[in-house]
Amino acid sequence: MAKVLILFAHPAMEKSRVHKRLVEHIPRSADIRFHDLYERYPDFDIDVPYEQRLLLQHDVVIFQHPFYWYSSPAIIKQWQDLVLEHGWAYGTGGRAIAGKKFMHAISTGGSKNSYTEEGRNKYSLADYMLPFQQTAYLCDVEYLPPFVIHGTHRLPETDMDLHALQYEQMLLALVQDRISKPEIESCIYMNDLVPIPNAIQS
Amino acid sequence: MDNNSILFQAMVYLAAAVVMVPLAKRLGLGSVLGYLLAGILIGPTVLQFIGTEGQDLMHSAEFGVVMMLFLIGLELEPALLWKLRKAILGLGGLQVLITSIIISGIAYFLDLPWQSSLAIGMALALSSTALVLQTLAEKGINRTTAGRSAFAVLLFQDIAVIPMLAFFPLLAIAGLTPADVNVNEAEGWIESQSGWMRALIVSGAIGFIIIGGRYLIPPIFRLVAATQLREMFTATALLLVVGIAVLMSSVGLSPALGTFLSGVVLANSEYKHELESDIEPFKGLLLGLFFIAVGASINFELIMNQPLLIFGLVLALMFVKAVVLLVLGKIFKLLVDQNIIFSSSLSQVGEFAFVLLSFSLTEGIVERGYVEILMAVVAISMALTPIAFFLNEKIVLPFIDKRLSSNKTEKEADAVNEKNPVIIAGFGHFGNTIGRFLRAHGVRTTVLDIDSNRVEFLRKMGFKVYYGDASRYDILLAAGAAEAKMIIIAVDDPEKRLQMIETIKKHFPDLQMLVRSSTREDTYDQMNAGILHIYRETIDTSLRMGVDAMKILGHRAYTAQRAARTFFRYDEQKLKDLSKLRDNEKEYINQAREYIEELEEIIKADTKQLHLVKDLGWDEDSLIADEKVKKDE
Repeated sequence: MAKVLILFAHPAMEKSRVHKRLVEHIPRSADIRFHDLYERYPDFDIDVPYEQRLLLQHDVVIFQHPFYWYSSPAIIKQWQDLVLEHGWAYGTGGRAIAGKKFMHAISTGGSKNSYTEEGRNKYSLADYMLPFQQTAYLCDVEYLPPFVIHGTHRLPETDMDLHALQYEQMLLALVQDRISKPEIESCIYMNDLVPIPNAIQS
Repeated sequence: MDNNSILFQAMVYLAAAVVMVPLAKRLGLGSVLGYLLAGILIGPTVLQFIGTEGQDLMHSAEFGVVMMLFLIGLELEPALLWKLRKAILGLGGLQVLITSIIISGIAYFLDLPWQSSLAIGMALALSSTALVLQTLAEKGINRTTAGRSAFAVLLFQDIAVIPMLAFFPLLAIAGLTPADVNVNEAEGWIESQSGWMRALIVSGAIGFIIIGGRYLIPPIFRLVAATQLREMFTATALLLVVGIAVLMSSVGLSPALGTFLSGVVLANSEYKHELESDIEPFKGLLLGLFFIAVGASINFELIMNQPLLIFGLVLALMFVKAVVLLVLGKIFKLLVDQNIIFSSSLSQVGEFAFVLLSFSLTEGIVERGYVEILMAVVAISMALTPIAFFLNEKIVLPFIDKRLSSNKTEKEADAVNEKNPVIIAGFGHFGNTIGRFLRAHGVRTTVLDIDSNRVEFLRKMGFKVYYGDASRYDILLAAGAAEAKMIIIAVDDPEKRLQMIETIKKHFPDLQMLVRSSTREDTYDQMNAGILHIYRETIDTSLRMGVDAMKILGHRAYTAQRAARTFFRYDEQKLKDLSKLRDNEKEYINQAREYIEELEEIIKADTKQLHLVKDLGWDEDSLIADEKVKKDE
């Protein structure tokens, strides 16, 4: 069993369609902790000792947010800057979270194709996640492939529901430690572990 | 002691009520039946504390009905009246018309003269506004469809009494000599005027009430409210009702109509809630007295002599009335359960029947023998109503509910929605900022304020503001505290705030309180009272000022801002700690020394935590130190 912490960041949740569904599908489990950063810190005054305690209590940390300007909403950056302290998360004596896992669960307006060399975003999503990946590396934290929902502006409601189910299944698999290392290495997105048959997509 | 002294009489009435009403309520029978039973108990039949004066008492106690109509009027904003127009005219009009015709027909069929039959039909078509509204409110069903329909019918009936009273003299039968009952002298005066003069006086009086109510009364109330004397306001409110009643009866109109009219005129005024809660206790007591009088005046001798006739008449009458109502309810699309409540609640004969019947006796329309029998019938039918309600609630409705439960819940949720979710008490500088902010976000608020000038001004600006002391239970209830989600207590006076907190905790435990506080002392008191959401009125502003001071001195804006936030959180936390400490020391140290000590304590605690901003994530000291170590190696 693994303990999962979801650090959720959406500055305008009341307007969200995709993340509202994803959040609704987070399984109610003692092993999954949903932590809404904008709700908890509307003025960005992050309670560092509290956040560090939370990190210590969990094995997998999922940053769930929409993809803004090829990165996260501002509060995630604020969180990183303040919580991952030198001497605690990295640097001399900084091994507090070593061995844990980080991953992202993000939604983006761009299609999968747009994140290729030929597409208008030119680079792959993994390329854009490089600062996060490197942060994890510096803290000796394993960085898992992201869970991604592409093309959110054109996505039919029914497909959003499918992705929400996919997210739910992936979370359950993480909690129950059902995902093997080779499986993770084999996939680009975590979504690939819970494929949705083409036949039922609209 | 003389059995007829006023004090002794008052004691008898009050004692009977105090014994019987709680008993009846405990048995689930409602207060009205309790009063009736109290009346029977002290009446000529049982304890004989009161005898024939029960009848006279009824006349003075009828003033309770007059007050009730004033309150009904207050509740009736013209918009609501307009919304209910179909029910009032359609349902109410048809009920009075059809029931009168049927009862008159039966009476005529029983060989009464047609004039008597008509008078009896009209008198018995009316139901008891006092009894039904009281019971509906007690049972909390006055806002359901049934409650509203019943209200509409009763309203029409109450208004219909006036033309009936005007019409009765035309029915006088030549052969019958008018009974020798003292006629109001004032009526003599008005009758001595010529026809057109009389019409002029009557319309003048009504016009006076409407215009006076709109332009004269509010400034008077403002003046009285400015004295800040509670009892003066009550006295003025009573004077208003009594004055109108006197005016109306001196021009030969029903006092009930007059007060009802002035109630409607004042329904939109800022003093609505205050008036309501001032008149309410008087109305309650006088109505109680009225019901006691009804109970005492039931002529048991007559009933003993002709039990079959009288009870037969009661049952037949209630049956006819209920059937007419049931059919009308069906036509006006009431659901089955609502229709049953509606038709059974209105099946009795009301207090105005006493008035109309005694009037028809004095005018020589109906023979004394019939009137006495009918008086007994009316009283018994009123006594049976609470029992009918009781049976309905315990037996009929549960049976119907099982079959039709799904429709009902939706309807009731609707009724609750009419009230605003937020009440703001105190609309000075503090409260009105909150009010404006909430309004900008579409949150509907009901505002209560005690400053009459401010209320007047704000109402001119289009706010929904009511004048009233928000620490009083009745005012809070009238403002919808039972349905609201939250109350924002923003009044200036710390004492008043604590009173409000106590009242709300006692009567509206589900209402969330957000409370303004002034001093630390005040905050501690509120913490002790168990308040979770306390807002110190100066802390945010003084910190904001501190931030600006730091900025002007050359500190970075964001750093200053974060320092203020940290200081605020730290101060709130310390406040909680100190509030615990205070309780032990309070007995020993006088107020002044406590303040000094506390201040010292705060400053001392501050020196321990000099660095407000300690965000190590943005701090490079440890990184630099790290590099140094590496270089040295």
